[in-house]
Amino acid sequence: MRGFYVLLAAVGIGGAAWLAYAARHKPDERPAPATPVPVAAAGSFRGYTLGSDSAPVHITEYSDFECPFCASFATVQMPEVRVQLITTGKVQWRFRDFPLSSHQYSRFAALAAQCAGEQGKFWEMHDQLFYNHQWAQRGKNPSGLFRGFAKTIGLDVDRYDACMDSQRYAGRIEESRQEGEALGVDHTPSVYVDGRKFVGQPTSDALKALVDSLTARHKR
Amino acid sequence: MRRRQAIAVLALAGLFVSLYLWLHKLGLIGVLQCGTGGCDTVQASPYADFLGLPVALYGVAGYAVLFVVSFLAVQQPDAPPRPARWPDVALAILASLGFVFTLYLTVLELFVIHATCRWCLGSAAIITLIALLSLSQVRRGS
Repeated sequence: MRGFYVLLAAVGIGGAAWLAYAARHKPDERPAPATPVPVAAAGSFRGYTLGSDSAPVHITEYSDFECPFCASFATVQMPEVRVQLITTGKVQWRFRDFPLSSHQYSRFAALAAQCAGEQGKFWEMHDQLFYNHQWAQRGKNPSGLFRGFAKTIGLDVDRYDACMDSQRYAGRIEESRQEGEALGVDHTPSVYVDGRKFVGQPTSDALKALVDSLTARHKR
Repeated sequence: MRRRQAIAVLALAGLFVSLYLWLHKLGLIGVLQCGTGGCDTVQASPYADFLGLPVALYGVAGYAVLFVVSFLAVQQPDAPPRPARWPDVALAILASLGFVFTLYLTVLELFVIHATCRWCLGSAAIITLIALLSLSQVRRGS
């Protein structure tokens, strides 16, 4: 019996010491950003939107271009959301970047989308990045591939290159991530409906049911 | 008695693994020490929450209950003339529930998320051992 208590104490002390060590070394273990990001450069930009400003319900999506669930959401659920909720005027959809630190190229992809947005083609690049998501599984530098996307959607490639080289919108992306973090975003995609976190799988059917109930409430 | 003791030690180890994952989810621990790099993918997936609560929190609660019950079980006689059988039955039920839940999570990791988290697999190994020990303890007593 004594051996049991000794073993139990050893596991308890070892486990507690490990947790204390992991908590104390938190700042050192985070990967440093590739370049310093001036958050102030974000200005008043609040994310690209789809749908009318006067829509009764506003949905904000926090997404990471490298995340497989975000790609699945964008290619499976989002087309239905566009048809059922956005084109019908029920919802204004807002896209916010939430690049996860564990993903090597998500900030780079977010930058490509912002640089396309500078030329009025954010959603076209959004679709290219998500519909051709093989780049996220390869782990290789996707800059050539993204440049190809830029050509496909008809961007002025010289302007795109200049935008990417200068990392013009890095501050905007970081500001968006910090906004999500402050809201408690802990996975991607995370969806907020009229400022309230949507709990559960954000399927088009579930979102439609919620939007319909909110719209009915607005009408009363 | 040895089985009950082993279950208590394993449950305590599982409790620390779950605590580590839960504290990471709360933002109190930085990057997970994960050789495969899949831990962050698993933790950031929508499947890291179940019924609105972090999966790791279910692990913390489950292992805590298993530890308390197994620790109480160690204090009870398990041999004739008056063996206490209730702790073994309770442990077998709890461990089986935990095993089924872990099996569901592991299937998600392998076939839906396509990423594995070593800490989650470690927890899966622990709950599997606890389930085997607790079921064999019940069979021994019946």
